[in-house]
Order: sequence, then structure tokens, then C-alpha cells
Amino acid sequence: MTSADLHDHMLEVKDISLSFQGVKAIHQLSFAVSRGEICALIGPNGAGKSSLLNILNGVYQPDSGEVHYEHAHFSRLTPFEAARRGIGRTFQNNALFGKLAVIDNILTGLSRHSRVSVLEQAFGLPRARREAADFLQRSEAVLAFLELQPYRQTLVGNLAYGLQKRVELGRALVSSPKLLLLDEPMAGMNAEEKQDMSHFIRSINRDLGTTVVLIEHDIGVIMDLSDHVVVLDYGRKVGDGSPAEVQANPEVIAAYLGSDNGPLNTVH
Amino acid sequence: MLFLETLIGGLLAGTMYSLVAIGFVLIYKASGVFNFAQGAILLFSALLLVTLHEHGVPFVLAVLITLVALILLSILIERLVLRPLTNRSPMTLFMATLGVSYVIEGVAQGLMGANVHALDVGIEDVPVFIGDLMISQFDLIAAITAGVLVGVLALLFNKTRIGISLRAVADDTRAALSIGIHLNRIWQIVWAVAGVTGLVAGMLWGTRQGVQFSLSLVVLKALPVLIIGGFTSIGGAIVGGLIVGAGESLGEAYIGPLIGGGITPWFAYFLALAFLFYRPAGIFGERAIERV
Amino acid sequence: MSVSTQCALFSLSAAGWITRMRLQVGHWFSHGRVPYAWLVLSLVAVGVPLVSGDYWLNAILIPFLILSLAGLGLNVLTGYAGQTSLGSGGFMAVGAFATYACLIHFQLSFLLAIFLGGGVAALVGLFFGLPSAKIKGFYLMVTSLAAQFFLEWVFVKFPWFYNYSSSATISSPPITVFGWAIASPLSKYYLVLVLVSFLTWVAVNLTRSQVGRNWMAIRDMDTAAAVIGIRVHRSKILAFAISSFYLGIAGALWVFAYLGSAGVQSFSLQRSFQVLFIIIIGGLGSISGNFIGAAFISLLPLLLDFLAHTFFARMVDAGLLQNLQKVIFGSLIVWFLIKEPEGIARFISHLRGRLAVWPLRF
Repeated sequence: MTSADLHDHMLEVKDISLSFQGVKAIHQLSFAVSRGEICALIGPNGAGKSSLLNILNGVYQPDSGEVHYEHAHFSRLTPFEAARRGIGRTFQNNALFGKLAVIDNILTGLSRHSRVSVLEQAFGLPRARREAADFLQRSEAVLAFLELQPYRQTLVGNLAYGLQKRVELGRALVSSPKLLLLDEPMAGMNAEEKQDMSHFIRSINRDLGTTVVLIEHDIGVIMDLSDHVVVLDYGRKVGDGSPAEVQANPEVIAAYLGSDNGPLNTVH
Repeated sequence: MLFLETLIGGLLAGTMYSLVAIGFVLIYKASGVFNFAQGAILLFSALLLVTLHEHGVPFVLAVLITLVALILLSILIERLVLRPLTNRSPMTLFMATLGVSYVIEGVAQGLMGANVHALDVGIEDVPVFIGDLMISQFDLIAAITAGVLVGVLALLFNKTRIGISLRAVADDTRAALSIGIHLNRIWQIVWAVAGVTGLVAGMLWGTRQGVQFSLSLVVLKALPVLIIGGFTSIGGAIVGGLIVGAGESLGEAYIGPLIGGGITPWFAYFLALAFLFYRPAGIFGERAIERV
Repeated sequence: MSVSTQCALFSLSAAGWITRMRLQVGHWFSHGRVPYAWLVLSLVAVGVPLVSGDYWLNAILIPFLILSLAGLGLNVLTGYAGQTSLGSGGFMAVGAFATYACLIHFQLSFLLAIFLGGGVAALVGLFFGLPSAKIKGFYLMVTSLAAQFFLEWVFVKFPWFYNYSSSATISSPPITVFGWAIASPLSKYYLVLVLVSFLTWVAVNLTRSQVGRNWMAIRDMDTAAAVIGIRVHRSKILAFAISSFYLGIAGALWVFAYLGSAGVQSFSLQRSFQVLFIIIIGGLGSISGNFIGAAFISLLPLLLDFLAHTFFARMVDAGLLQNLQKVIFGSLIVWFLIKEPEGIARFISHLRGRLAVWPLRF
């Protein structure tokens, strides 16, 4: 009996395969994410981590296999459907709306909650104004939580990379997702910024009860932050378990021997 | 028989569309620019050629002078428009070429007038018979010219250093830069070569319908060709041109009468749209994989 | 207390006073709530025609306002939602011919007719926007050209649309709005002013609402927009419909308040280019940019004409002047795309920012 059976699985990936023009990116991958945990995906560049996240929120369609999410199963999921079911997402190379201010970027995250018709918005009718005020309030709260208030009106395109990552997190967070998929939320950050970001992610997880799946290279951060680690190499799963288990797994260590950017090399 | 004649007439006319479209493809491959000014360049070169010829310059010399003018024009466009707009969005570049086309049209007509000039390159537009089929001799020669030009271009791009550099740029601009290919020079050359295809197309169209402003509108004929053939394939431009040419003349002959005629201005576009739904990147175009 | 003391000290110096005025003016124009700026603008808009002649009304102010409205329409689609279109002329034609049909064939009142005309244009725009689900960029732009040429053809081929007149043109019947005859240039101007103001207000609401943010999100990165739960295709189609509605109203006004009678050639591809130039020069994704761009495009020919006649009297003929105009427009387009890709509207706001701090540099 594995530990997985005891848990309430929010997300379960079964035998997923994906290839690009004949090149296998992901091969018969299965794993499960329990409700309320922080799950880290690790593995060298090109191991298929980002592709996996893209499958989880419908940007890519897997060639075969199924995704079970909240007791519903999908073989085809669209990005919109994923968002509607409460899956939030950030990207490795920030996918923000460059010509919009920080606050407007956050506000776009609420679009799927909008219930007011176009005509009501066009004529600025009371319901539209109430919703706008409500959205603004929710976005301001996210700005405050992520300490982004000083940049409220700055165009995102002009922000530093680390801050952009934070805005992207805010845009996903504002729609109150049940599951957050974070693709290298700390890439390119210095130690202090990483600490801030870890803190934000942990408090999103603890205080809001949001389940988090993240991709990260810094093993120190992973040991500190995650409850569960899945290791990928060449599109296959080579390790799955608690951070300590994974670190001790000989197969995982083997997968990283000789790999320059293997995360385990950074453990000291 | 009527069907076959219509089809062949359309195919031959289509080669001229292909010729215009090839100019587009060359520039699009090399610099990622959707060059709306191709029509204006075509008008400019034909107008310059015919004006020089009318002023007593021998035909061959007039062609040479026009070629030099096209090269100068390409260098100017590269320096003044493309270089300052490096790394800007494709739409911005497209709009810039729209501006360029206004400038070229204005200059060409301002200097050389807006009258219709007859251009005689020594080909008569008389029908010839192949068996029972009646075919325009002019269309036939135009098609052969287009074929020869395409052959020359193919040689140029497959056998010469410039051609290989061009293909390197088209495949991966950054990698090409890193191995020391001079991007700006490549752009100038490609624009000039595209200008030459424009000149040939301009001469053929000009002979057919007179050299006048409406020549610059053939650019509008080339767009559906590009949609059908794809923006990045010369072979696609040829096949696309043939499909549009044949489609237009068959459409006008068989569908036109049912709905009032005069459908050529839009028929090719609808044909292109139909293709678009079937193959969103054209017959030979490369489908870009979106990376996120 | 201390603030008022500071203010008192500040206003002692002339430079301080100028600064304050500049900041104040900058403030009026740069924020949403701008009662004074609006008041001034409204007074000018209402008052100027009372002192200017019919020539200015007929030849400049009315077409300027209508072109601004057309720019607004295209800007919704291109500047906000990021979908380039060369079919503006075609959608203007739909608005004009549909309004005419409502007036002549269905005997409707003018206001009802023009809004229905806009509605028909919106439906046609929606239809030609459908392919935006599958195709993007240049491919989509070619779709808009298909619309342009197809619509031009429709309004020539089917005489019903121009009531079987031999010239294939539509002519404005006598128009009344709430019993008020719209015949004099002044009354036409006010009609256009009221409609354009109203529609501008609606556009401002839309672009600042969630709908507008969705458009801009799609413009900046449509994959990300889908991932955060924006209905991308629905938003694009909405942009097509609203854009065409505005263009349709503009087209109807072009015939019924400006030209008086027109054929489809008033809405050719050249018109599409003109509207596109207005928004490039004025500012993509800016409401005021449409008015600035339209003013620019309306006034530049007059200025050139004036210069030519003053300095080179009789040396330049009309044809040369027209070509010169083309060269200048073309160069300006390129220049703006290189130097000020967000148009004159952005240029002015930069300038204002600099002016506001300028005296402090002493």
C-alpha cells in the first residue's frame, strides 16, 4: 500500500504521453497530488516539466493518458475549462500583458468571475459599477498581500523580472484558484527575493488552502517548501515521494550524476 | 472544351500572380516583413522603365537603369525603415510598408505623371491554337518568363553564397548572425531581388493593361495567393498563383453568372479563406509551434 | 496649516504659480474625472460652430468628427483587441446602406434607422470575425480584405440597396430627429456631435471595464489570456461586432450628415487605409488618439494647400499636391511607427509630463 492511497487526491495523472513531431517529451507518466500539499516537479532542463504543466491546464493535449482533477477526468482539457475549474498558472518566461499596468494585469485574473453583461458595462450601470468596485477591492488585497502596491500603476513591461514573477502570481491568485501551477516561480531571483517568494507560496498554501504544483531547480528551496517531490528525467518519472525519500533514492541520484544542472548538485 | 480553355487561360494568368507573390515570399523569409509596398515597387519600376524608354533611352539601357534604381531603393528602405524597426512586431513592420507604399506611389506619380503609358516589349497578344485549344500567346510567353525567373531564383538560392546565407537567415536569424552573416546586407539584397521580380511582373502586367496606377493594386491579387501557398514557400507561391488564377477564371465563368458577375475582386479571397480553414498555414507553409 | 503656509510661500514666486497651473492642467487631462477639461472641450465643441462659417462646418468639423468615430471603431478592434483589419471601409458601407434601407424601404425614423444600420454592420462584422477563432495576424487581416471586397461588390451588384437609382448611389432623404429638421450645416453638426459624444462615452466605459481589459490582455498575449480564463474567441468576436457597429454609424453619418449622397466608392479600400492611418498617427489603444489622428488627417491637406498657394502660387498643380500629400502621409506613418509607436496621444502626454516639471529645473 502506498501513501498515495491514504490521501484525498486532488489531481491524478495517469499514463500521460506527449510528443512533438515524433520526439517524446513525456512518456507514460503517472503521479498524484494530494489536496492541500505543495508538490515540486524537479528534473534537468528538457525533462518535460513545463510540458506537463501545459497539459495540466489544457495548453497542450496529451497524445494518450488521462488527467483526473477533482473527481472528474479529462482526456482533452482547454485552457479556459481549466481556469473555470479553478486551476491557476504562471509561466517560466512570464506571460504577462506587457502594456497594461500592474493593477490591470491583476484585474484580468478576475475575468472568469465576471457576471455583468457587456451592455451594463458599456453604460456603466449600477451592477457593472458594483462588480468593478468589488474586483478592484479583491485586486488591491492581492497587491497588498504580495507587497506590490508601490508598482500599482507601473506598466508590467517596465518591471524587473522578479517583480513580474510576483505580478504573475498575483494574477493567478486573485481568481482564488484551488490548484496553482507555478513554473519556476523563483528563476533568476537573488536569495532575498527567493525567500520572499517562498514565503508567499507557503502562506498561499497554508492560509488559503491552495494546492500548489511547482517546478523549481533550487534544491534548498524545494526541501524547505515542498511536501512531495516528483522527479522527471527524459519525460519519465524516476522518483516520487517526500523530499527526504527522493533525496535518498539511488535512481534519482543516478539520473543526476554527470548532469551539470541537476538540482541535487546544489545541495550543500 | 470551354472548360479546358478557361482553365488553361486561368493557369497562365495565375503565373503572373505567382510572380508577384514570390517577391513577397522572398522578403517575408529573409526579414519577416509582410511587404505591402511590393505593389508600389512594381508600379515604380514599370513606370520608370516606360518613362525612360519614352524619352529615347534604349530598352536594354532603360532596364539596367531601372535595376540600379531598384537596388538604391532597397538600400534606402533597409536603412530608413527596416533598420530602425528591428525587433518590432510584424504588424508594425507591415504598417510601415503601407507607409512606404504611399511614399513610393506619390514619388513615382509625382515625378512621372499619372497617365497611362503603353509598354511594348515586342510580344503580341494574339491567340494561338494548340490543337483545338485557343490560348493567348502573351499569356504563354508570360508564363514561360515566370518559369525561367523561378528557375534562376532557385539556382541563386541553392548554389550561391548569398542564397545559402539567405536561407540561414530565414531558418534562424540569431544563429545566422552569430556565424558572421551580415543581416543588413542580406536584407538589401533580398529586397533588391524582390524588386527585380517586381520589375518583371510589372513589365508583363504593364504590357497587358498599360502602365498606370492600378498596377500597384496587383499586390491585392497576391495576398490570397500567399494565404493558399503559405508565406514562406516559393513553391507555394507558384502553386497558389496557379490555383488562384484557375479558380478566378473558372469562378467567373461558372459561378459568376449565377450571382451577377464581376466576382473576381473577392472570389480569390473566399477561395483563400476556404483553404485557410482546411490548412491554416497554407499548402507549403510551416506551422509555427507556439511556445509558452 | 503648514500646507497652506507652503502654498502661500509657493505662490509668491511666479515660477511656482506657473508650475501649479501646469500641474493642475496636467492633472485635469490625465485623469478620468476631468470636469474642467470636459467643460472647456464641450464649450468649444458647442460654441465654435456658432462663430465659424458653414464652410468649416461642412468641410472640416463634420468630417473630422465622423472620421474620429470611425477611428474609434477600428481602434476597439486593432488598438485594444489587437486584431488588424483592412475592412473598415466595407463595414462603413454596410452601416450607410443598411440605414438607407431602413429609411427608404422600411420608413423608419432616422435615429432608429441609424442604430439599426449600426446593428446590421455589427452582425456583418461578427460574421467576418468568426474566423478569428482559428486564424491570426496576417491571415486574419486577409479575411478583412475579403470582407472589404465582397461588401463593395454587394452594394454595386444588388440595386435594392440603392433603391434602383441609375447612378448606384444613395441620397439622403429629408431627416428629422424628434421633430427637429436636420437640414442646415449647423443642425447636422450638432447631430453628429451628440452621437459621437455619446458613443465616445460608451467606448470609454467599455475600454475601462472588464471587457476592455480582456481585449487588451488578448492583444498583449492571447495564450496567457486563455489560461487565466478569458473567453478569447468570444471577446474577439465582441470586438469585431462593436468595432463594426461604430464603423457602421460612422458610415451612415458620412452619407446622411456629410456627403448627402454617395456610392460605395466612398467606402473603398482607400477609406480603410485612411481610418487605419488615423489610429496609427493618433494612437493605438487610445480614445483621444482617434480625435487627434482625425484632426491631423483632416487638417494636413488644408495646411499643405495653404502653404502651396502662399509660397508656390500656380507652380504646383492639384495632381502634384495630391502626390505630395501621399508622400507626406506615408513618411509620417513610418516616422510615427519608428519614433512614437503609440501616436500623437502618447507624444502629448509625454510632453505634458515634461512641461509640468519644466520650471522646476531652473
